[in-house]
Amino acid sequence: MEQFLQQIVNGISLGSIYALIALGYTMVYGIIKLINFAHSDVYMLGAFVGYFCMTTLRLNFFLSLLASMAFCTVLGVVIEKVAYKPLRNSTRIAALITAIGVSLFLQYTTMAITGPDVRSYPAMSGFLAQSVSLGSIRITMQQIIILAVTIVLMVVLQFIVKKTRIGRAMRAVSLDQDAAELMGININATISFTFALGSALAGAAGILVGVYYNSINPLMGTLPGLKAFVAAVFGGIGLIPGAMIGGYFIGIVEVLVSGYGNSMYRDAVVFAILILILIIKPAGLLGKNVREKV
Amino acid sequence: MFEIKNIDVHYGVIHALKNVSLTVEDGAIVTLIGANGAGKTTTLRTASGLKKPTSGEIWLDGRNITNTSAQERVKMGISHVPEGRRVFSAMTVLENLELGAYLRRDKDGIAKDLKMVYERFPILADRRKQLAGTLSGGEQQMLAIGRALMSRPKILFLDEPSMGLAPLLVQEIFNIIKDINQAGTTILLIEQNASMALQIAHYAYVMETGSIVLSGTGTDLMESEDIKKAYLGG
Repeated sequence: MEQFLQQIVNGISLGSIYALIALGYTMVYGIIKLINFAHSDVYMLGAFVGYFCMTTLRLNFFLSLLASMAFCTVLGVVIEKVAYKPLRNSTRIAALITAIGVSLFLQYTTMAITGPDVRSYPAMSGFLAQSVSLGSIRITMQQIIILAVTIVLMVVLQFIVKKTRIGRAMRAVSLDQDAAELMGININATISFTFALGSALAGAAGILVGVYYNSINPLMGTLPGLKAFVAAVFGGIGLIPGAMIGGYFIGIVEVLVSGYGNSMYRDAVVFAILILILIIKPAGLLGKNVREKV
Repeated sequence: MFEIKNIDVHYGVIHALKNVSLTVEDGAIVTLIGANGAGKTTTLRTASGLKKPTSGEIWLDGRNITNTSAQERVKMGISHVPEGRRVFSAMTVLENLELGAYLRRDKDGIAKDLKMVYERFPILADRRKQLAGTLSGGEQQMLAIGRALMSRPKILFLDEPSMGLAPLLVQEIFNIIKDINQAGTTILLIEQNASMALQIAHYAYVMETGSIVLSGTGTDLMESEDIKKAYLGG
């Protein structure tokens, strides 16, 4: 039982990271129906920016977190303007292939600049290196911070989407772009804002994963990115609560498979889940087919 | 005054509108009738800026607005109720109405207009917290019109407001359109239900395969033999 609870604690930490990445996938899909495969590399760059802030610039963790979120926000908007906007009226497959191209471009440009080596995040010190023990369950301060940062960001995101003017515009554009335009909503600005929000969350996920696993490299985004994508599909692509639930589900499953089964199978299990969802409930856990009234 | 001057519109290689011109005088109800696929919806989409014409001009109150975006046209006082209602189904009635006032910043004015819309459509007040997708077809049409009124338009474009509604509701929608017009809003109405549209219109245009083929006052057209044969079932 204690081992199980310990695994759940670990799964929640991992799940938080998947959830943060999955939110970006799902929001962008919701608004322009594009699986933005470059999103996983925005996350990777978030980890690198965090690394340089904490080592070269010697900033503390929270300032580094803000810096990598800010960097990724700008990066996300630039990617959208340069790579996707010119293809807005092209076929979806053209945009998808472009996304893969952007992903490779970011990976190998990063590799050209920083080198292909794995880098170690600086060890946490003082308060951040502590841990709490509940019986025999050990919760590290890093895990608490991951969860706390994730929850704060999700609350802020929900507030923006549900309560603000721009959030309302985002929902309107994702539901019906023409009708949104007839309300006077600026479609381009709304799409840019969506990329900005999603990328900021990916940046946060990047630095959190750096702190948690200690090692980063230019190709680190691919697998977590794919798993976060599975999480988004699991919850129902395009749905924000779906991405949150999906992220935690995939994180916990992965940790349980490693803990009780064989860690070699953990990736296989995640992708098997994707295949199962696509067979059983393609719209995802929270997805439903909206009936059109005439 | 709203004017469309000699516009041509293409969808790829398809020549959807050929040299279409029409004028909507301030305070009037003008209708554009014609069969399915004649180009009525394309005309309206071009008028509100969703579609760019390949040639020709669009004017509002003496100003050439051909190159303005849909967003700017909303600011200038154009409001468009699209074909098929197009309400935001996963949002509440109130959120839909608030989106109609998206470009406005005058809180008091918005509150006043919201009250006006609720008075005109009491059913929307009852359902303000309900998701728009759960409303009936007639209620969705009222919501779509209410939403369009929330921008306080000078001119309202209506695309087939009677589509798919029961006869009693069709009559109600047409009464509402007349009321809105009498309250001072200019109306450009697209309809397949030609007899209803001609009854309330001050002026009418008839469209066939991308061109305007006939125009005149509502009464004139109702008495025209060609129109009777082609559109009024007589």
